Amino acid sequence: MIPEIGHYALMLALGLALIQGTMPLIGARTNDPVLMSMAVPTTLAHFAFVAIAFGALAVSYVTSDFSVLNVFENSNSAMPFIYRLTSIWGNHEGSMMLWVAILAVSGASVAAFGTNLPATLKAYALAVQAWIAAAFYLFILVTSNPFVRIADAPIEGQDLNPILQDPGLAFHPPMLYLGYVGFSIVFSFAIAALMEGHIDAAWARWVRPWILGAWMCLTLGIAGGSYWAYYELGWGGFWFWDPVENASLMPWLAGTALLHSAVVMEKRSALKVWTILLAILTFSLSLIGTFLVRSGVLTSVHAFATDPTRGIFILAILIVFIGGALALYAWRAPLLKQGGLFAPISREGALVFNNLFLTSACATVFVGTLYPLALESLTGDKISVGPPFFNSTFGPLFIPLMLMMPLGPLLGWKRGDLLGAAQRLLAAAMIAAVAIAAAFALEHGGPVLAPFGVGIAIFVMAGAVTDIAERTMILRVPFGAALRRAIGLPRSAWGTAFAHFGIGVTLLGIVGATAWGSERILEVKPGGTIDLAHYRLTFDGVFNRPGPNYHDMVGHFTVRRAGGGMIGTMEPTRRTFPARNESTTEAALMTRGASQLYLSLGDPGPDGSVAVRVYYKPFVLMIWLGAAVMFFGGGLSLSDRRLRIGAPRPARSRNAAAQAVQPAE
Amino acid sequence: MTRKQRRLILIGGGLGVLGIAVALMLNAFRDSIVFFNSPSDVVENHVGPGTRIRLGGLVKDGSIVRGNNLSVRFEVTDGKSEIPVSYQGVLPDLFREGQGVVAEGALNGGGIFDADTILAKHDETYMPKEVADALKKSGHWKDDYAQRAAMPIGSENK
Repeated sequence: MIPEIGHYALMLALGLALIQGTMPLIGARTNDPVLMSMAVPTTLAHFAFVAIAFGALAVSYVTSDFSVLNVFENSNSAMPFIYRLTSIWGNHEGSMMLWVAILAVSGASVAAFGTNLPATLKAYALAVQAWIAAAFYLFILVTSNPFVRIADAPIEGQDLNPILQDPGLAFHPPMLYLGYVGFSIVFSFAIAALMEGHIDAAWARWVRPWILGAWMCLTLGIAGGSYWAYYELGWGGFWFWDPVENASLMPWLAGTALLHSAVVMEKRSALKVWTILLAILTFSLSLIGTFLVRSGVLTSVHAFATDPTRGIFILAILIVFIGGALALYAWRAPLLKQGGLFAPISREGALVFNNLFLTSACATVFVGTLYPLALESLTGDKISVGPPFFNSTFGPLFIPLMLMMPLGPLLGWKRGDLLGAAQRLLAAAMIAAVAIAAAFALEHGGPVLAPFGVGIAIFVMAGAVTDIAERTMILRVPFGAALRRAIGLPRSAWGTAFAHFGIGVTLLGIVGATAWGSERILEVKPGGTIDLAHYRLTFDGVFNRPGPNYHDMVGHFTVRRAGGGMIGTMEPTRRTFPARNESTTEAALMTRGASQLYLSLGDPGPDGSVAVRVYYKPFVLMIWLGAAVMFFGGGLSLSDRRLRIGAPRPARSRNAAAQAVQPAE
Repeated sequence: MTRKQRRLILIGGGLGVLGIAVALMLNAFRDSIVFFNSPSDVVENHVGPGTRIRLGGLVKDGSIVRGNNLSVRFEVTDGKSEIPVSYQGVLPDLFREGQGVVAEGALNGGGIFDADTILAKHDETYMPKEVADALKKSGHWKDDYAQRAAMPIGSENK
């Protein structure tokens, strides 16, 4: 009964979404307040029905109702409660349900909390949101129904893919989807602005929390996925330039550009047309990401299903939404009034620089990811574009970005003083130079470029500190006064500094782990030792350990300092799941400061020996720590007073305000 | 500066950065792309030693020979041709005889494929798409595989 309720609720949600997508639209065009006001109740009702549908699926999973095909295929009653819950989205149908559930939550929060939005803008935005939702409901109902029943209910389920039986599944997909879907709201607002043919700085202020929130979730989602892959796949890599990873990186790059261009629009009313285009592109890349991952054109951990009808359906969604949005943009964008002039050397100029390099870097990832698909469908040649391609395209484009990053916040709006800003960064540059020298002195046998990587990372971090030091005048006024200034600083200024600092931290981690890491792959017999970096590992033997729905073969290793002192033990594991006759590698990690020892178990030999991979990864934790700092910075910015209180009503009339922002030539 | 000049600077800068990006990409495409080949492709197209390729097919039954220090030799077949492969390291969890495999590396002078990466992108019910296509092309596709691949469960892969 419960799955049928869920199925029916989903159909009702589709119906409501269609009403939400048409009535307010007609209302906004004919200026009919009654039709426009239908947007809010239909959005809330449609959210309620999606919640019922998702809840029904959740109940089926938690109670292990194996008469539902989707539950039977992806769950098992022996699994711990948390995995029975997370396996809802550990498969194609369920993950689409998660997608639409988050979409409905976002739409409902615009409807419920966007009380200060102009009626027409709200009506348009919610209507666009409804069309996106409707397309996905149709997709689920036609090609990926999670509520299909089996006539003879089996006693036991087939279990979840072992790789997904991990806390990472509880965290990574929802965060990623929150990011993707958050950008859908920005997209809807952009389309609404195009339909209205009018856009102003207030628009930027309304969408900024959504951009920030989506960007924060995406940052954390990508970092979480990277850490998950790092410890679960047993190869010790944190980023593989795998197409599905790129699929999430592209919206992040475009979204980061959007975050910065929206600042220009909000403060200076400039870059309007560009910001709208970026909003469209960012969500388009999110959709393409969903397409790449879900349609099965790529083979990877994430390709749950390879059903061609789904691929064609998603392709149709892509063409309608991206093509439609870009066509509307081409038609309506000339209507948007240009505003806010600025000199090339200015805060705006620096943000344009940021946008140019971020979008170019995004374009190289896009080409590298999609070129193999395009080539195969055109000529039939199968190629793979691997890390070398991305390292030699993405890398060079990111270096100027990193070098310019500390400079931007120090430049003034409209007309900046490049020399002055550079002088203020002198201390940061000197610290970076010392770091480069120190890295050269301390390293033994890393790549020549690595110390410069460290230098750039330190420069970025010191630059963020400089920004705050300049704003609080900490070295020029008494400490108490500086403290008062620090408290008085807008939280968005702190947010910027933290986010930029986080980038430096991540960069330092990437450089450390890739340049100075060491690894050994070998076979050890019980009693044998492995020397790596300044550690000595002794293999004590293998024992078996049963688990709820798996059994483990555990290797026991004792870790000592090269000098002799014992530090601890490590227990890498091979985990076998009888329900699917599959096994996974559970790596053992030992954290030493920001560095990690990484041990994963390979095949056991006939004589009691095992194959092992041992890695020493210096500074590796900084990669994800940096992402957490970026998230924190985003959060600070999100809590900024001007966003919390909402957009103020312009005190002057619109005409007067428009004149005020027209700068003198 | 006039509005026009400023706009020109902006557009010029944009095109400049885009030009750099395109140049970087073209340069990278020239030397970092790896083609996928089946054993028959390698034989027919005379892929030379030293050219980096991905070799995909089935691990030939009875061909795995394990040596010292994690070295292993096996043959990759697509039913028509076979290529001997040598590899040193830990093999993926699901590396088995008769299963699909993708190896990345280059042929050495002696006609042996030195692999530095063995891809683990499959499980027992799934095989890499490239391998499936290559097998279909060479006529050695068994319906059995198709059935297994079409089963809704094991489409996940590793």
